[in-house]
Amino acid sequence: MGAPLCFLLRKEALASAFTVAISFACLGISFGLLEQTMDGQILVYEFGGWPRPFGIEYRIDITNAFVLVVVSLVAAVVFAAGPGQARRAIPVGREYLFYSAALLCLTGLLGVTITGDVFNVFVFMEISSLSSYILIALGRERRALMAAFSYLVMGTIGATFLLIGIGLMYQMTGTLNMVDMAVRLQAVSETRTVLVAVAFVVVGISTKLAVFPLHQWLPNAYSEAPPIVSAFLAATATKVAYYLLIRFSLGLFGAALVFDRIGIDTLLMPLSVLAMFVGSIAAIYQTDFKRLLAYSSIAQIGYMTLGLSLATEAGVAAGLIHLFNHALMKGALFLVAACVTWRMGATKIAMMRGLGQRMPLTMAALVASGLALVGVPGTAGFVSKWALVSAALEQDQLFLAFLIMASSVLAVVYIWRLVEVAYFAEPDGEVERREAPLRLLIPTWILAGMTIWFGLFSDFSVDVAEAAARQLFLGLGGGV
Amino acid sequence: MMIGLYIAISRGNLVKKIMGINIFQASVILLYVSMGKVAGGTAPILIDGRSEIVYSNPVPHVLMLTAIVVGVASTALGLALVVRIKEAYETVEEDEIVALDRAEDAKDLATEAREEAGKAASEGGVA
Repeated sequence: MGAPLCFLLRKEALASAFTVAISFACLGISFGLLEQTMDGQILVYEFGGWPRPFGIEYRIDITNAFVLVVVSLVAAVVFAAGPGQARRAIPVGREYLFYSAALLCLTGLLGVTITGDVFNVFVFMEISSLSSYILIALGRERRALMAAFSYLVMGTIGATFLLIGIGLMYQMTGTLNMVDMAVRLQAVSETRTVLVAVAFVVVGISTKLAVFPLHQWLPNAYSEAPPIVSAFLAATATKVAYYLLIRFSLGLFGAALVFDRIGIDTLLMPLSVLAMFVGSIAAIYQTDFKRLLAYSSIAQIGYMTLGLSLATEAGVAAGLIHLFNHALMKGALFLVAACVTWRMGATKIAMMRGLGQRMPLTMAALVASGLALVGVPGTAGFVSKWALVSAALEQDQLFLAFLIMASSVLAVVYIWRLVEVAYFAEPDGEVERREAPLRLLIPTWILAGMTIWFGLFSDFSVDVAEAAARQLFLGLGGGV
Repeated sequence: MMIGLYIAISRGNLVKKIMGINIFQASVILLYVSMGKVAGGTAPILIDGRSEIVYSNPVPHVLMLTAIVVGVASTALGLALVVRIKEAYETVEEDEIVALDRAEDAKDLATEAREEAGKAASEGGVA
């Protein structure tokens, strides 16, 4: 929407101001939408006035609106931090292209979330993916190119899988609209075509989401991309993919087909648990701050998919709460990484010695959001882990609850490594207080502050997520 | 479909990988088009007063128009990335690139270790 306009602006200052303005406008609109949908109302916008089976529609219920808020919130904050960062990564005079790509990516992500047409989902997903490949390739080192390339290969294969799945479903139902398709799939849900479609769709989305064995692209992509881009993508792209997984599995196929008949949950649960442990353990061994964060993302995605795999309302609600909270914390942490890069030029953990004295405010943000990642009471991470553990206990899965706790301990280890290096190691050379510029620091603290705010006053995120989960289990047709 | 996927997975040459993906996507496009085909059907152009004509379903074709655009875009972007990779690494073979990255890592580690050793030595000297 805004991207072509941004392309025409050319001047960097104009383009960046425009980007920020657009993203804040999106934030305002999504809050408005969330408010309207909170009472269970579903907003439908038909393109060109064509009614449902023929035209394309935008369809917004609580879940959509919730994800919209998350995405546009992170986008607004991160883009506000963007200007200085972009200048370092890109040749002078070409910055407007960076902003165009960023806005395109935002458009794609919002589009995936909002649309009620399965083919549109694919198109918007490719819009956001293609622009994110560009953004990742802007990284400073040549490895960024390779990271973007392997992401492109994985991403395209994933999207094509999704396309095959959509095609098979279209073949069985003759409609592309999600509501119609959900209704008509009920009648044919026993056929092999639909089962194959489920498999293709789930694998395709899981590739985008970086569910454990399909996560290979993620660490490289996130650690090599420019820091501001990693902050944006880590906090939004996988979240949208997770939303899509929920929407397809619960809304489209229905819980009965996905969980009872095929038993995706019995596959997803061990994979999520593995992701929680493998991601965290890999994070412990990283020598680079951003790489560490990327691996911890894999673990956190494990928590989210675990919520879905519980196949209960409470589980899905916990997944959604974690979606919200994790977007805040990872956004904050990657912005901290951006601050560190700004000062130190790189994010090797060895370089961060004594940073607690050098950049006290930045490191305090690291501690705040790091604690949230661990799940210390009083932070956002605690709220979502609590929800997840109680959802597991509700199903008498004591062992699972224990595993969730145990993997949190691993998070303590890698966060503590950072804190130890930053505060207790002797700094090299003279100690000089040089903070990151305010333009970066303020957005970092907005997100870090929010992780604490939503830890203490979690009503908003929990209420919305629970309402969304309730509506999801009614099924897409149920709410109409 | 499988040929394309196989090429994308098995080949180390980045250009071949992109081409494999392209074949993969093209085959999916054919899958869609084959869905829309009705035996004996013709192009969906309305002709007055002839209700007995069988039409093929145009919707998959329309969808594939978009999918083709997406496919072309990702292929072009992929090839552009390969050009940049070629400039940066002077090779398009995946294993050679991995080897180059590994060598770089080893060099980094070596310099780090040397610096540490140097620092320890100088501190020892002061004490």
